[in-house]
Amino acid sequence: MYGSLEEILAVSKQSGLPFWKVVQLEDCREEDITEETSFEKMREMYRAMRDTDQAYDPALQSASGLVGTDGAKVRERRLAGKLLSGDLMGLVMERALRTAESNACMKRIVAAPTAGSCGVMPAVLLTIQEHLQLGEERMTEALYTAAGIGGVIALRASLSGAEGGCQAEIGSASAMTAGAVVYLSGGSASQMTQAAALALKGLLGLACDPVAGLVEVPCVKRNVIGAVNAITSADMALAGIRSRIPPDQVIDAMKSIGHAMSPELRETGKGGLAATPEGTAILNRMKRH
Amino acid sequence: MNLFEIVGPVMVGPSSSHTAGAVKIGNVCRKLMSEPVTDARILLHGSFLATGRGHGTDRAIVAGLLGLQVDDSRIPDSMRLASDAGMKVEFGSADLGEEAHPNSVKLYLRGSSGKELEVVAASIGGGRIRICEIDGLTANFSGDCPTLIVHNLDQPGHVAEVTSMLQHKSVNIASMQLYRSSRGGHAVMVLECDQEVPRESIHWLEHLEGVEKVTYYSLLQDGEC
Repeated sequence: MYGSLEEILAVSKQSGLPFWKVVQLEDCREEDITEETSFEKMREMYRAMRDTDQAYDPALQSASGLVGTDGAKVRERRLAGKLLSGDLMGLVMERALRTAESNACMKRIVAAPTAGSCGVMPAVLLTIQEHLQLGEERMTEALYTAAGIGGVIALRASLSGAEGGCQAEIGSASAMTAGAVVYLSGGSASQMTQAAALALKGLLGLACDPVAGLVEVPCVKRNVIGAVNAITSADMALAGIRSRIPPDQVIDAMKSIGHAMSPELRETGKGGLAATPEGTAILNRMKRH
Repeated sequence: MNLFEIVGPVMVGPSSSHTAGAVKIGNVCRKLMSEPVTDARILLHGSFLATGRGHGTDRAIVAGLLGLQVDDSRIPDSMRLASDAGMKVEFGSADLGEEAHPNSVKLYLRGSSGKELEVVAASIGGGRIRICEIDGLTANFSGDCPTLIVHNLDQPGHVAEVTSMLQHKSVNIASMQLYRSSRGGHAVMVLECDQEVPRESIHWLEHLEGVEKVTYYSLLQDGEC
């Protein structure tokens, strides 16, 4: 995997290959697999995302009872034409909740990059596919774009809430998805990395403070913010807006912020929302059961 | 790390470390046993103990011991499946010390032939795992490659015996670690390989003088050899 977005851009420029192809070729070399095998495997990831979305059970609740049915609530309001954020964003919200709730209820999902942030990418990509009427091949290429960005984040910083807080999970998912959306909209490779930088900057500092240590509160609803932020960041980049801080340096900043966070805010379930009176009461209720 | 660890894996939720990693620990233990598990005592440590129930860690480890993969939608039902398969399961807690990873577990396993195995494993994030100890001795490996674990007396020549056998079988070594309890005491070598080690070579190693135990972790599915 590449250690910087700059490097992917340089290889892409030098070879004339698109960003996604540069990412794919490097992985095929490293893993010693053919481009066809790799592509089919990535296509399966996209199909699995779609399957989770379609299999959503609107009545389902997690074992703790903290999570479930919210995707259905947004759907109802969207179908009634009452959502202020409009139909496209409404569908993105709905889908982010659907997949994230399914995860909390022990259903099959695609960790992208993590299980806790699994709603961001499918919510945006499935909706943009319908909106722009794109084929599955192109969606698969978009997943490579996202994975390339995620790979750089994994190498330079972290994708784990325990190491970097929620910015490393929802922030990374949002950055990866923003780059993929720019690709799907026909933007340049440079705009993809700019969108990733803008998305990540918007979520820097986000703590990982799950109530009772479960991937439920606030994780499920944070998937919505990651998804919506990916689209607005892609739109900004496509409009020509650039991050004043270069994308690789934004990733480095995420790492240093993660290091500066106290352990209470890194997936231990001991700080932030988890430590509120209600968060503590929920934990104590669960201990009794 | 590869691209399909960034976008992927396909898994049953809710947590890559507490659910998918736990399935994988169970899976690796099953393969290390190389026979069906009939009794499992599973002691959870740290965050596995504190939040394991809400994350389905208990059911995930049992699913792994049954041979279910991380994306198998039957994982939530694994306790019933274990009971159907005649596997006795018992849970408890363990304090594995400050040095242990927060997501650690200690397993005591017995197989259908009476074979016993004790494993300490940790889920280290993103669904990746580490087998930390086997039968009380350090055994630091990931389960991503075929892995040969040789327990032997700490005396000259055993490393050469093992590595020349691997050379002879055209097996390349990806990583190699050596540990010992004390000078001249018990030693262990852990070799992660790029290719599978043939069964007959493992049997050959088992009969060498000074070799106490050979454990092999294969990436092949059960029965596929």
